[in-house]
Amino acid sequence: MRFPEQKLIVSLVFLATATVAFCQEQGPASQVNSCISCHLEIGDELAVPIEGMKGDVHATKGLSCADCHGGDPTAGLDGDSDAAMDPAKGYVGIPDRMKIPEFCGRCHSDPVYMRGFNPRAATDQLDRYKTSRHGQLLRKGDRKVATCTDCHGVHGIQNARDSRSSVYPLNIPETCGRCHADSEYMQPYDVATDQLDDYRKSVHGMALLERGDQAAPACNDCHGNHGASPPGAPSVAFICGQCHLNNSEMFLSSPHKTAFDELELPECEACHGNHAIEHPTDEMIGVGESSICLDCHEEGSKAYDTAALIHDQISGLKERMFYADSLVSQAERAGMEVSEALFQLKDADDALIKARTMVHSLSGDETSIITEEGLGLVEQAVLAGKSALEEIQFRRKGLAVSLLFILILALGVYLKIKELDQKHPIREVK
Amino acid sequence: MNTGAVRPKGQTENSDMNTSRSLAWLRERYDISGLELFFKKKEVPIHSHSLWYYFGGITLFFFVVQVITGIMLLLYYRPTAEAAFESVQFIMTEVRFGWLIRSIHSWSANLMVLAAFIHLFSVFFMRSYRRPRELTWISGVFLLLLSLGFGFSGYLLPWNELAFFATKVGTEIVAVVPFVGEFLLKFLRGGEEVTGATLTRFFGFHVAVLPMICTFLLAFHLLAVQKQGMSVPIAMENKPMRVMPFFPNFLMRDFLGWILALGVLVAIAALFPWELGVKADPFAPAPAGITPEWYFVFMFQTLKFIPAKIWFMEGEVLGVLAFAIAGVLLILVPFLDKKSNAGQPGKALSVIGVLVLVYIIVMTIISYVMPQTF
Repeated sequence: MRFPEQKLIVSLVFLATATVAFCQEQGPASQVNSCISCHLEIGDELAVPIEGMKGDVHATKGLSCADCHGGDPTAGLDGDSDAAMDPAKGYVGIPDRMKIPEFCGRCHSDPVYMRGFNPRAATDQLDRYKTSRHGQLLRKGDRKVATCTDCHGVHGIQNARDSRSSVYPLNIPETCGRCHADSEYMQPYDVATDQLDDYRKSVHGMALLERGDQAAPACNDCHGNHGASPPGAPSVAFICGQCHLNNSEMFLSSPHKTAFDELELPECEACHGNHAIEHPTDEMIGVGESSICLDCHEEGSKAYDTAALIHDQISGLKERMFYADSLVSQAERAGMEVSEALFQLKDADDALIKARTMVHSLSGDETSIITEEGLGLVEQAVLAGKSALEEIQFRRKGLAVSLLFILILALGVYLKIKELDQKHPIREVK
Repeated sequence: MNTGAVRPKGQTENSDMNTSRSLAWLRERYDISGLELFFKKKEVPIHSHSLWYYFGGITLFFFVVQVITGIMLLLYYRPTAEAAFESVQFIMTEVRFGWLIRSIHSWSANLMVLAAFIHLFSVFFMRSYRRPRELTWISGVFLLLLSLGFGFSGYLLPWNELAFFATKVGTEIVAVVPFVGEFLLKFLRGGEEVTGATLTRFFGFHVAVLPMICTFLLAFHLLAVQKQGMSVPIAMENKPMRVMPFFPNFLMRDFLGWILALGVLVAIAALFPWELGVKADPFAPAPAGITPEWYFVFMFQTLKFIPAKIWFMEGEVLGVLAFAIAGVLLILVPFLDKKSNAGQPGKALSVIGVLVLVYIIVMTIISYVMPQTF
């Protein structure tokens, strides 16, 4: 039958073309790579690594199969695969899952070797991994915990700055979620599996996943990556303080710090939550219905009064800013030049942000310094807005008076024209 | 009703006596008999199209307003990229009535260009450019081009975002002029890009070079109009016609027109103060809604509609060349229109004039109806 023969010829031509193409991509040294030729020849799942390696960061740096798996890629071209996969020549084959961190660490923990590719490359991943929850459980023989390849992939690993990488910031929540959102997989560990769903709805998750704002934290920014572990109660403020520095410092010097330590409350998380952190509102502080202060403090206590005072200070500044903004906007819409007042309102807005941060100090006196400063700016903007609106009225009146004078003048000239037309009459010429 | 009865007779006599005394004082010192005779003899024809005679005077009025308010703005304006925006802001917020002066200057510039366009088209349709007024027409066309130059150079001076990018786009167009485009671009910008050097250069053009040329041209234009008198439409030539003395009858009517123009100008300037916008940032991306001044819009719109390539030429180059040729033809109209010189109003030219006018209006409307960036 002709058909199977044709199929075979086409397959061989395709295989040869693919081999040549891949070898050309790898450069002259890999033109005699028996790993590639054999794996492609056998095909099926053994060919998958070859295909995956085409875009792999290691391959682009000139590394080949033998650099990780050992063996001799120059041997075996004659069909003697044992010669190529000789343990005496360092052949490792598929590393045991328990040994993967060390397998990768042979290069990635070697500063001298890594410097050849990237002088600034970190080489502490293996050490950190050993301190992580994943690393500790692996050492205890737990084969389910994440190792290097679970997060980074195997063949086809991309640079972490490449948007196709599984550890690119925008992809990290999904990568961690592959295990941590799988309730069946996580069942032996007694760990919640709703973190990914919570994170997606959080202020951080929306910023990162919806707006693509890479300044927003992914899982690894709080928990670490290679040294991943859940933050303990006394370290939460330090974790959040990586970004929210002022809030963290104020909290650490506030009365809450000691009280939370005694009650073993998880610092920032106690008020803001963790994975499901929402955008904080001014109503969170104070004694209103949405106040979180009332979760711990009762009416009549000093803390209750302080919460009410701080809320009033911030609300007072906000209300006055709203009033000033409406005045200035009205004047601006009427074509008045109010840029100075707009700058003052911008500065007042900065003061409001500072005051909201100052809330973490839990000191009404300190918050009032900021809100008073903001109020001073707002009052200047109010004055500018009022004065601009008065100026509009003045201009309108001035315009009316000017137009009246102009009309009277025009009328006078018109009457003069009439008079002149009689004195020097229009005549007909031929 | 006899309007002479509005004022007491004695007051009129006193006024006339004062005028006579002043004239006598002058006559004793100078021989002004020629001038007196000129004013006494000069007459203005009255017909159904006399209204258009006033637009030249109104254009001149707005020009005078420009000179006066421009000098006032010069007292505070600083022509550097660092200080220009702030100095205009200072004029608008701190200087007493500075907002009004700046607003009047900006609005008057636009009204002046509008009045100049009306003046040009009225002269065109009445064939007032025909022999012996060819040079009056040519000087008038150059004065209109100078007005556009004033507008283009003045637009950049507040150094705000819109003006900055509009100037960038506007000056880029000269680069397509064959052979000298690159040189013209660098000459206008004072370098490769629109920078503080461009601002200083434009300031120089706006307050020194253009006014100097304008003064000479305007003097010639006015002198020619006075010397040759008002043109009469061809259809009314050699027919009985009513006339009025130029002085004082027509001059007083002109004066009335100026007063009314002043009223309109003050009302617009006070009710719609000219905006300042935000300071130009050369490193910022071009904002949406960049538009040149309205009187350039029809040309920009045309360049946008022209295909990128026509035969072997760049579409933009062809467009610029077409406008340049149109400008030359406009200047040469008195010499090209043989019929009107022979005393026959040719219809073809009127049709061309109407088509050009409609084209300008339609292109301008399209540009504003279809929001776009240039």
